Amino acid sequence: MKKLFVLLFSFLTISTCVNASSEGGEFKPGDMIMHHIADDYTWHFADGMVLYLPVILVDNGQVNVFSSSNFYNEHHELVPYKGYVLEHGHIYRANAEGEPSEDHAGLLDFSITKNVASLFLSVALLLIVFFTIAGRYKNNKGKAPRGIQSFFEPIIVFVRDEIAKANIGPKYERYMPYLLTIFFFIWFNNLLGLMPGGANLTGNIAVTFVLAVMTLLITVFSGNKSYWGHIFATPGVPKWLAPIMIPVELIGIFTKPFSLMVRLFANITAGHIIILSLFSLIFIFKSVAVGPLSVAFATFMNFLELFVALLQAYIFTLLSAMYIGGAVEEHDHVDDMGHGDGGH
Amino acid sequence: MELVTPNFGLLFWQLVTFLVVLFLLTKFAWKPIMQALRDREDSIEMALSAAEKAKLEMQGLKAENEKLLAEARMERDKILKEASDAGNSIIETAKNKANEEGNRMIAQAREAIENEKRAAITEVKNMAAALSVDIAERILRKELSDPSAQQALAQDYIREVTLN
Repeated sequence: MKKLFVLLFSFLTISTCVNASSEGGEFKPGDMIMHHIADDYTWHFADGMVLYLPVILVDNGQVNVFSSSNFYNEHHELVPYKGYVLEHGHIYRANAEGEPSEDHAGLLDFSITKNVASLFLSVALLLIVFFTIAGRYKNNKGKAPRGIQSFFEPIIVFVRDEIAKANIGPKYERYMPYLLTIFFFIWFNNLLGLMPGGANLTGNIAVTFVLAVMTLLITVFSGNKSYWGHIFATPGVPKWLAPIMIPVELIGIFTKPFSLMVRLFANITAGHIIILSLFSLIFIFKSVAVGPLSVAFATFMNFLELFVALLQAYIFTLLSAMYIGGAVEEHDHVDDMGHGDGGH
Repeated sequence: MELVTPNFGLLFWQLVTFLVVLFLLTKFAWKPIMQALRDREDSIEMALSAAEKAKLEMQGLKAENEKLLAEARMERDKILKEASDAGNSIIETAKNKANEEGNRMIAQAREAIENEKRAAITEVKNMAAALSVDIAERILRKELSDPSAQQALAQDYIREVTLN
């Protein structure tokens, strides 16, 4: 009974794309999955429940705002609108034949896409949850935490004690707001991405890129004398090695956040791809018999993804804290001499 | 490739939204929450240290009490000892005094006895002398009532004298 329910549920979540692709005849799992994890100008919650999101285009300083529904005719086919055309998830200037033109100069797309809408939703959720908690602390001063407050307090204390204090040291206080924000931002968005119809926001490279750049900027601007000293004159390394060491260390500054960006993006996207692939098996084999097996695996994967959602938030925050910690740490050069820099 | 190419619009919205969220949460959520947590930890810390202090104080009081008690005990012992010493010395002096008095009285008694004895002896002597004289008188009177006896006696005396 339970499995049947889950099966029904899974049909609901992916039936839209099945319909979309079945119109063209053959079911293409690759296209379906890519469509699901990529951004979109509409938000399909379920079959028939489509939210057309606003398109915002800045064309050489001229702002154009209209609904993305204008790109679809009554047969759900793509049509050009106002001299623009939507193709392969991108908006281009249309040429005379209504085909995308090669001229992209000056066209900026600030559309509220599915990911942006999901971002706003998650942000609203974050603000509501944590303003409520902050209010509880204010009204409930000096008392034991209650309700939602007691759920999040151990997590906040964990981020403070195990992530910030342990990796940054005595100056952790300054970085607490950032660490808490990225932790809950990533966690909330990971979880929202797992919801049926949810957007793959933290599995989008643009989002992880911004987060990684934030960590990079904070690390670089927090760097103290000894941090830069380690980069431009690594203690215990002979001077003549400097032409090799300095570029290597400079590249190291960028590879750290780059790894953050790729790790979060790849983990979340991979999770989505695996779950969608498992469901696709049903349609590839065109057999109901595969259903229970596929659903069982997908359910297991979903639980795993719930864990990964928390784990990736933790890892991103932990590594950010470690990079910041490395930048603000006071090295004892005398002790470091000769031992190289083993800890790094 | 599509997947790993950052979309400009999303990049922009993500950056703006994230900065806004970071600012809002920092100002209205993290600061008050962290402050409240810190305050609570401080108050717990303070309560614990106060309890520790109270415990130490209690221990100090107890030690002081014990000290006072020990002092009192010592005082008591001292007083008892002094009292018993005083008692002993009083008894000792009383004993000595009594002894002395006794001795004095004995000596006095002895003296009196001696005096009495001497007086008695003198009296006895006197009485004996009077008695002897009396007896001798009576004997003489009886002896010399016969003139021949007087003659014989006179004869004796003469013989004695001549022998000398």
